[in-house]
Amino acid sequence: MPAEPKKYEYLDHTADAKFLAYGKTLEEAFGNAALAMFNVMIDTSTVSKALSQDIDLTAEDLDGLLFDWLSEFLFLMDAENLIFGDFRVHSIEQEDGQFHLNATVYGEYIDLSRHVFDTEVKAATYNDIQVQRSADGWVLRATVDT
Amino acid sequence: MGWENPTKVSRKVIFMSEDSDISLKLNKINDNTWEVPRGYKAGMRVPGRLFLSPPLLGMLEQGTLDQVANVAALPGIQKYSMAMPDAHLGYGFPIGGVAAFDREEGVISPGGVGFDINCGVRLIRSNLREKDVRPGIKDLLEKLFHAIPSGVGSKSRLRVNDGQLDDIFIHGSRWAVENGYGVPKDVERCESQGMMEGALVKQVSTKARQRGRPQLGTLGSGNHFLEVQYVDEVYDTKAADAFGLHEGQVTFMIHCGSRGAGHQICTDHLRTLTQASQKYKIDLPDKQLACAPTDSSEAQNYFGAMVCAANYAWVNRQVIMHWAREVFQDFFRKDMDELGMDLVYDVAHNVAKLEEHRIDNKKQEVYVHRKGATRAFPPGHSDIPALYKDVGQPVLIPGSMGTASYVLHGTNDAMDISFGSACHGAGRVMSRAHAKHEFRGEQIQKELSEMGISVRATQPALIAEEAPEVYKSSSDVVDVVHNLGIARKVARLMPIGVVKG
Repeated sequence: MPAEPKKYEYLDHTADAKFLAYGKTLEEAFGNAALAMFNVMIDTSTVSKALSQDIDLTAEDLDGLLFDWLSEFLFLMDAENLIFGDFRVHSIEQEDGQFHLNATVYGEYIDLSRHVFDTEVKAATYNDIQVQRSADGWVLRATVDT
Repeated sequence: MGWENPTKVSRKVIFMSEDSDISLKLNKINDNTWEVPRGYKAGMRVPGRLFLSPPLLGMLEQGTLDQVANVAALPGIQKYSMAMPDAHLGYGFPIGGVAAFDREEGVISPGGVGFDINCGVRLIRSNLREKDVRPGIKDLLEKLFHAIPSGVGSKSRLRVNDGQLDDIFIHGSRWAVENGYGVPKDVERCESQGMMEGALVKQVSTKARQRGRPQLGTLGSGNHFLEVQYVDEVYDTKAADAFGLHEGQVTFMIHCGSRGAGHQICTDHLRTLTQASQKYKIDLPDKQLACAPTDSSEAQNYFGAMVCAANYAWVNRQVIMHWAREVFQDFFRKDMDELGMDLVYDVAHNVAKLEEHRIDNKKQEVYVHRKGATRAFPPGHSDIPALYKDVGQPVLIPGSMGTASYVLHGTNDAMDISFGSACHGAGRVMSRAHAKHEFRGEQIQKELSEMGISVRATQPALIAEEAPEVYKSSSDVVDVVHNLGIARKVARLMPIGVVKG
């Protein structure tokens, strides 16, 4: 059986967490970027899919869309006490010079008796951010402030 | 004191600079100052200045040097793009970076402040002696741990509504004291009296409010901590007397910031300023350096929102201090007067401020950005408490977990050399992921315990990411600052017990 293609990998960064996220499609790569960010904080296999939430975002470019996408989850964590472990990005489309993302994400309310948190992510950053086509799809690069 | 200086225990420094020729690219100014020439990178408007001893220079990463050079390329930057001895790789500006931009020709950049707006340090003294605290330290830490929420997902027992949040954003520490969290003299003993002017509450988004409401009075996580310490050495008796510090005395330190409110405010305005940078045709070496001309609406709106977050952070530390005082009162069965838990000072180390400095012998207004750097104003400066006028502003430098913290005082040299700024801590040398791979939290906890330092965290594994070995030695960092004269050592504080966020 061929090995499952790598979804993401962490790069070394002294103070923060930096990663590459891969996907055959841009949508898949965005999903894997969210997965990479959440796994800095928690083993996402311990997060159930009890709840789902639709996410719609619009940004002026793909860097901005990636920044907003990652930032949205950190907002939902603090404000709604929600964490997610499964990210289905349905579409990323360009229209009138704007990029639109539509996704459904699955997760649950934080339960400190079950969820073991590791390093907290404070924020997504624009540092060295990149959304790029690769030979077999897309590769995204992001740094999150921890 | 019988306790070994923890700076001696570090096993080895894992990361040295991979580029051993780093010093060849620099001009040596003196033993602790290195210039990054303008030719180092295209677009630099001013040189860089690194305040590092030769051993600390050997630990500097190429990436940090590049970040110093990137900041030097921003419009209106004055004199130098600076890095303090605790500098390390950040996400735009280096951590430990100081940059001043002209009020008229310059820019304001959220990246020069960071996401944790007004992350800072507060020091409280007491009438307790080391021997009063040591025997019961584990129980005391346990009580502090339960009184002050910490870690991811923790929520405060204090809930504020939107109206109260506005008051907090505008009035800072004053709101806390007026609402029963502390005493009036606490306010005087904070940088900016715990309240920066110019808050623009309309520039704080609904999202930032939603994040801020449940988190007031929470410590957060990562490198944030509460620490019970004692004064183990006094270097400057006159200044120590002015600060009310003496050998053997127990002190209490709080390190935290503006929590989700500050993170969201930075996130929101970074988006706006990224677009503004294009609008004003500012060439950015890194998108995280997004900025806008100081007088533009985008820059001023960010600044007004940043002030809200800074004031929120002062309230956060004030509320935490209040709860800590309650724990001490209850634990030692003494009232506030007997305990003498007075605030010594509170400093911000992630903030931008409009200040007046002398540049080329002329007074000039500049927006000083301190990203992991502490203000260090001299004796006689109008912006420090009357109480400390003769000795200068207290400069509080926390050590990493289990290592010494320092109290210094600001100097006139700091005004000449570093826009009245000094370092802010020890400075990381190893990533959290690497630290967790290298160390086991339980083992670190045991080693610290053998040195007489107790640590309480939500889970022991988390202790690994803040192991003493992942930081430079705070003593080495502080010595550079002291030898340069941008702040002078007053006292050293050793930990007895730490609550790690």
